[in-house]
Amino acid sequence: MARFGIGDQVLIQDRYTPAHHRVPRYVKGQRGEIERVCAAFGQPESLAAGGDGEPFQTLYRVRLKQTDLWSDYAGNPADSLEIEVFEHWLESAD
Amino acid sequence: MTKTDTLTKPHDLGGLPAGPVDRDEHELAYWERRIEAMISLCFAKGVLKDVAQLRDGIENLAPEAYEELSYYERWAASMALLLQDAGVVTEAELQSAIARLRQAQGAD
Repeated sequence: MARFGIGDQVLIQDRYTPAHHRVPRYVKGQRGEIERVCAAFGQPESLAAGGDGEPFQTLYRVRLKQTDLWSDYAGNPADSLEIEVFEHWLESAD
Repeated sequence: MTKTDTLTKPHDLGGLPAGPVDRDEHELAYWERRIEAMISLCFAKGVLKDVAQLRDGIENLAPEAYEELSYYERWAASMALLLQDAGVVTEAELQSAIARLRQAQGAD
């Protein structure tokens, strides 16, 4: 069952694990909005270690503002970046 | 800057200062296609269960190695580690095969 829905405000957790985790540093600690609920997939941290990916996690496409990501962003202030993030890396920011 | 900024691996480059991105397509060399083929073979044989395993190996390369190796060389380095972990080849077998190839090339 997906914890977040389209339009929900979320915070991408600012934490580190040496395991393969698919969250690049430039989005850690950033706020965004759920653009879509993709589906549930195996956890990369487990799959990377040869595991079965359980418990599967819902993957979301999160929309971030480019101006939030880059302090010197010179493009259109309405520009966004969308990135897919697993539920166990997200917190509610409502 | 995030608080985990200092805790990263060499692949996590997004946002760091860098030159322009080379967007040119390039023809794959034959050896690069062979790396692709070997990855498929590792899946078919069950040595590799998920591509995340190979990505993990790439992320764990020493920063100097990561810098120095090309895209397919990184996949190859990661696959070599995986095959050793799985007991398919030993480090010694790999090294002697590399030495043999180097000698053959030198003899040309």
